[in-house]
Amino acid sequence: MSILVYTETENGKFKKASFEVASYAKAIADKTDSKVTAIAVNADDPSELGKYGVSKVLHVNNEELAKFNADSYAAVLTEAAKQELCNTIVLSQSANAKYLAPLLAVNLEAGYASNVVDLPITENGFMVKRTAFTNKAFNETEITTDTKIIGLSTNSFGVHENSLEVEISNFEPTISEESKKVTVESVDKNKDKVSIADAEVVVSGGRGLKGPENWHLVENLADTLNAATACSKPVSDMGWRPHGEHVGQTGKPVATNLYIAIGISGAIQHLAGINASKTKVVINNDPEAPFFKAADYGIVGDAFEVVPKLTEKLKEFKANNA
Amino acid sequence: MKILVCISHVPDTTSKINFTEGDTKFDTNGVQFIINPNDEFGLTRAMWFKEKQGASVDVATVGLKDTEPTIRKALAIGADNAIRIDTAPLDGYQVATELAKVAKEGEYDLIIAGRESIDYNGGMVPGMMAKMLGYGFINTCVSLEIDGNTATAIREIDGGKETLKTNLPLVIGGQKGLVEESDLKIPNMRGIMMARKKPLNVVEAVGDKVSTEAKKFSKPAPKGEVKLVDAENIDELIDLLHNEAKAI
Ligand SMILES: Cc1cc2nc3c(=O)[nH]c(=O)nc-3n(C[C@H](O)[C@H](O)[C@H](O)COP(=O)(O)OP(=O)(O)OC[C@H]3O[C@@H](n4cnc5c(N)ncnc54)[C@H](O)[C@@H]3O)c2cc1C
Ligand SMILES: Nc1ncnc2c1ncn2[C@@H]1O[C@H](COP(=O)(O)O)[C@@H](O)[C@H]1O
Repeated sequence: MSILVYTETENGKFKKASFEVASYAKAIADKTDSKVTAIAVNADDPSELGKYGVSKVLHVNNEELAKFNADSYAAVLTEAAKQELCNTIVLSQSANAKYLAPLLAVNLEAGYASNVVDLPITENGFMVKRTAFTNKAFNETEITTDTKIIGLSTNSFGVHENSLEVEISNFEPTISEESKKVTVESVDKNKDKVSIADAEVVVSGGRGLKGPENWHLVENLADTLNAATACSKPVSDMGWRPHGEHVGQTGKPVATNLYIAIGISGAIQHLAGINASKTKVVINNDPEAPFFKAADYGIVGDAFEVVPKLTEKLKEFKANNA
Repeated sequence: MKILVCISHVPDTTSKINFTEGDTKFDTNGVQFIINPNDEFGLTRAMWFKEKQGASVDVATVGLKDTEPTIRKALAIGADNAIRIDTAPLDGYQVATELAKVAKEGEYDLIIAGRESIDYNGGMVPGMMAKMLGYGFINTCVSLEIDGNTATAIREIDGGKETLKTNLPLVIGGQKGLVEESDLKIPNMRGIMMARKKPLNVVEAVGDKVSTEAKKFSKPAPKGEVKLVDAENIDELIDLLHNEAKAI
């Protein structure tokens, strides 16, 4: 019996989140005296997973799966879990993983816990710690079914190397017509930009930036840090920035290493969604802005003066530390 | 077209989150409950289908009597009928089982749920429901058009968008974008009066067992003081980020 981990690829390359879920699965395997089996679709080099504690890769090479389809992918994972007799399955919380996990749960009649932030406690039942109330609290949840699915929050466990001999086996699942009800017509993805979900650093702008014409401040800083750009809710409501950039309780969650907030007041709904980030920096000209209570570092000052200076200094720093 | 909108009754986004009974229960004391924001976007899109394409709109919630003001609000916004499945929501699997039963019996063409509830952030009910029903499913849906039996939708992916096509019946996990913030409606007096006369059917739960149990809650450790850096001394911030926080 092994732990099954879904290792996502993008254009053939594993995402960082895949190495994180593999590392996490390996830690569970060590606790429970078992091994990690990964399932990977159309990966260039499946053996890369051996570095993160995976013993066996079920590799699917199938043109039909070139475009993500949640139902078909759930069917692939279902078949893999059954074949390998896996009763613990670990996935990331990427948009695609979150899309397929509930389908997989029904296929396998499994309990699914999302937003998990720590290793399960398996001594007495199977307890996981997850976030609830949009990062305002934690919740210890027991999964009571035989088969268990864990959605691991991004950046909550980290990537840990653990080199193993890895066996690659070709896996040819049956993909029924039934699972192809929804078809992808087109994908519109900005390839030169880091997405909020994959970013190590996010630079976010609020209403304090006055208008969309000033967003080069945010973008230049983000470019310097190889960061994703984000914004507060009113900024996307007013159409200054696309909806996809709205972060917070009702927007995208952010759990990065570094979150820089520029001209954002720090309303409770904003903070809830970004609180899981490790280091928070705020730049705001109002020393009373609530964000200062939630941040690790802050500069009280005018964004229009501070941000260009910070960008310049960071460029110098990067050049000296390259 | 028959639409069912699934409404989750959640604490207002500004609520202070506290727990009682040895940190095993959410403390509802003084908490204002609202329609889950993702569901409100979905409900408003459903009203658009009602007005422009002659759809009928029912709303359903799995919850005890205390959830009734929340579904009455959905009726006041313009839904035709409300269904309350009379049991406490305990986990996503159980809620999906209850809703799937109601959805099947009502022969709905389109079932609109939210991407996630802002209380437990499960992000699972709509997908589970779709699978139980054998219907198509589109998550993180930010645009939905229906033409006859065909649905065209846009879903948010990490770093972009995807356009999808499928047939009805369909379940979506919706969010902001389905309609704009400015399209959301505050119920007016007439809506509130009419809502009192609209049917609120209470149905018995099938009472399926749960697959997960929330045992205990805790709150994050309080944050230390912010370190302020002078605007004239940005090098200090870079030094702190590099050497102390190890964030760059
Ligand atoms: C149901 C609901 C859900 C919500 N969900 C979210 C959510 O998910 N995400 C979210 O972000 N919000 C959300 N909100 C909105 C939230 O309550 C706040 O209104 C919003 O976060 C404020 O955005 P802001 O900080 O950009 O703007 P403001 O509150 O207007 O703050 C602007 C800040 O910029 C500062 N500033 C002004 N000029 C400068 C300058 N020159 N230099 C530096 N700083 C300057 C000001 O001091 C101020 O602090 C939600 C609200 C509701 C009711
Ligand atoms: N108790 C409930 N009653 C009705 N619908 C619900 C309930 N819980 C969740 N939902 C629906 O499922 C969506 C996702 O919820 P969740 O999976 O709990 O995050 C919500 O936005 C609602 O549309």
